[in-house]
Amino acid sequence: MTKPDSPVLLDVRGLHASVAGVPILKGIDFTVRAGEVHAIMGPNGSGKSTFSKVLAGHPAYEVSAGSATFQGGDLLALEAEERARAGFFLSFQYPIEVPGVANAQFLRLAYNTVQGARGKDELDPLEFDDFVREKMKLLEMDPAFLDRSVNAGFSGGEKKRNEILQMALLEPSLAFLDETDSGLDIDALRIVAHGVNQLRNDRNAVVLVTHYQRLLNYITPDFVHVMDGGRLVKTGGKELALELEARGYDWIQKQAA
Amino acid sequence: MSGALQTLIDQPYKHGFVTDIETDTVPKGLNEDVIRLISRKKNEPDWLLEFRLSAYRHWLTMSEPEWPNVHYPAIDFQDISYYSAPKAKKKLASMDEVDPELKRTFEKLGVPLHEQAALAGVAVDVIFDSVSVTTTYKKKLADVGVIFCSFSEAVHEYPELVKKYLGTVVPPSDNFYAALNSAVFTDGSFCFIPKGVKCPMELSTYFRINTQESGQFERTLIVAEEGAQVSYLEGCTAPKFDTNQLHAAVVELVALDNADIKYSTVQNWYAGDENGVGGIYNFVTKRGLCQGVNSKISWTQVETGSAITWKYPSCVLLGDNSVGEFYSVALTNHKQQADTGTKMIHVGRNTRSTIISKGISAGESNNSYRGLVKIGPKAEGARNFSQCDSMLIGSRCGANTFPYIQVQNNSAKVEHEATTSKIGEDQLFYFASRGIDAEEAVSMIINGFVKDVFTQLPMEFAVEAGRLLGLKLEGSVG
Repeated sequence: MTKPDSPVLLDVRGLHASVAGVPILKGIDFTVRAGEVHAIMGPNGSGKSTFSKVLAGHPAYEVSAGSATFQGGDLLALEAEERARAGFFLSFQYPIEVPGVANAQFLRLAYNTVQGARGKDELDPLEFDDFVREKMKLLEMDPAFLDRSVNAGFSGGEKKRNEILQMALLEPSLAFLDETDSGLDIDALRIVAHGVNQLRNDRNAVVLVTHYQRLLNYITPDFVHVMDGGRLVKTGGKELALELEARGYDWIQKQAA
Repeated sequence: MSGALQTLIDQPYKHGFVTDIETDTVPKGLNEDVIRLISRKKNEPDWLLEFRLSAYRHWLTMSEPEWPNVHYPAIDFQDISYYSAPKAKKKLASMDEVDPELKRTFEKLGVPLHEQAALAGVAVDVIFDSVSVTTTYKKKLADVGVIFCSFSEAVHEYPELVKKYLGTVVPPSDNFYAALNSAVFTDGSFCFIPKGVKCPMELSTYFRINTQESGQFERTLIVAEEGAQVSYLEGCTAPKFDTNQLHAAVVELVALDNADIKYSTVQNWYAGDENGVGGIYNFVTKRGLCQGVNSKISWTQVETGSAITWKYPSCVLLGDNSVGEFYSVALTNHKQQADTGTKMIHVGRNTRSTIISKGISAGESNNSYRGLVKIGPKAEGARNFSQCDSMLIGSRCGANTFPYIQVQNNSAKVEHEATTSKIGEDQLFYFASRGIDAEEAVSMIINGFVKDVFTQLPMEFAVEAGRLLGLKLEGSVG
């Protein structure tokens, strides 16, 4: 459902960004309102992942022009951790492994840090254990994942579930899910999609960054955007994803050129 | 005396020695007369003088080791004064007189107040209302027959024990620095746990350091008789300054049948300024002899200080079924250099050893693990497991692993695992994207990395050591 009257969460204008001096994003305009689901699709190397990382505040990327307003404030002026505390969330395409650090400990530190920044109560280890186990049920995750090291030795699907678990804990107002469907088998895809749908409400929004339309069978987008050469070259409804699946990206690239 | 000068003299750590240096220090340089003088000043028996002289004569034939992966200007051994009379530390009347900077460090480390006082040189009875902890402690040990005293005291009180074991684990001819130490050592600790006694408390050097400094050539000897058990703690997390740059200690441990010695070290000596100037050179020989059957020696070390660390706490597993363990965390920052590890020498049958080494390098430091696992021809069924992990913080530091494995018995099993990881931009970004800032992220990653070693430390030591790592890495990320 498009929500023309609901508040704007994110408003990106003319965003240019580069990494190591190489321009990747070449003028992106993008608006997300509360309650919406967007999908950003596009061929490899089109800049989809870069766009997510730039918004999340990865230090390797340099914004050379443009603006990004998040919930009325200047997103680009914030450090990465401040963006997370403010309610911006990125689910990683390749979640980082942290050997030796128990997942439960990591999740609790993240949860309490974000809660504290939002003026809410922090949880002690016992309270948190109950709380996180409840959230894990949503994703059909085995509680044994709490005791394992963060992402270490997790399968691709387990890592992605762990990402969505973090989304469930941090309750972001805007979540970018970068290639969340890659590495998932069909059952895991269904579970993860179900989890994301459960977390949606009319105050938050989700942006799905993906190659394939299969995730969109489970999480229905209000808008589908095609990124190519660092720009959003086409925007449509969910039927655009099906068309891309059938025809590939060539025809859009030709249209854009 | 002017007020400014008084203030300078009153500083507890950096310049905290107020006795007139000229009168009780021998002139610089080393020769047989100096050694005779040291021995005479300490009123030593002839056999100990002979021990020193023979070590010195051997030292003259040796040359400084050049194989460690560390670099420093040549040391002029004739430019060192080898003896200062033991000096009482300056006593402060209350905690109010302690340097605020030092207090801040103590608070960050979570050092208990009474320990802070003792470390800073505040008279203990001021804090404890005339109840002397040290006296109570000594009495409790004496009741079970445990001897724990300074090395000098042991030479006079228990000469037979010292004579029997001194130099049996680390012979004076062992290496350049061990020979030097054997010739000129000034003081240290002696500890003896008689047959069948389980030492009722952890023995900590902290109870010994209140009154006197041991000097730069420290000598420690610990003997556990049949079935005896002891846990010994050396050092502390608080920063330690010393006006002597070169330190060459020798530690010898002897475990007889079924004895168990656990030796834990936390070292935070002055590492020099950010350019590495003025830091301590720590060239130590530590070795334990599992002489008896079923004996066990376990080394745990947390090395965070010194400009240069050259140290390989080792085990000679002579008795059948004896066990050697080495758990180490070595952290280097700025321009620090560490070449540290262990030697596990399997001689007896069914001997087992475990090596867990965690090296953390930050800044422009260089951190090397060097370890030898040697299985002798008679060591039927010997086993070793080694795990050597390195972590790099930033891109200007270095980590090296030099494992040496020598096996002369084909029934032996030797395993070696090694990993290198890096705390880099991507890892920190992952934490940041969950709201966690760089400092907390590093602390969490490091604590996870060293967990396997820290669980070996006595608990209150482990908590302090964890904070110490955080403190040493302050500002190294970002």
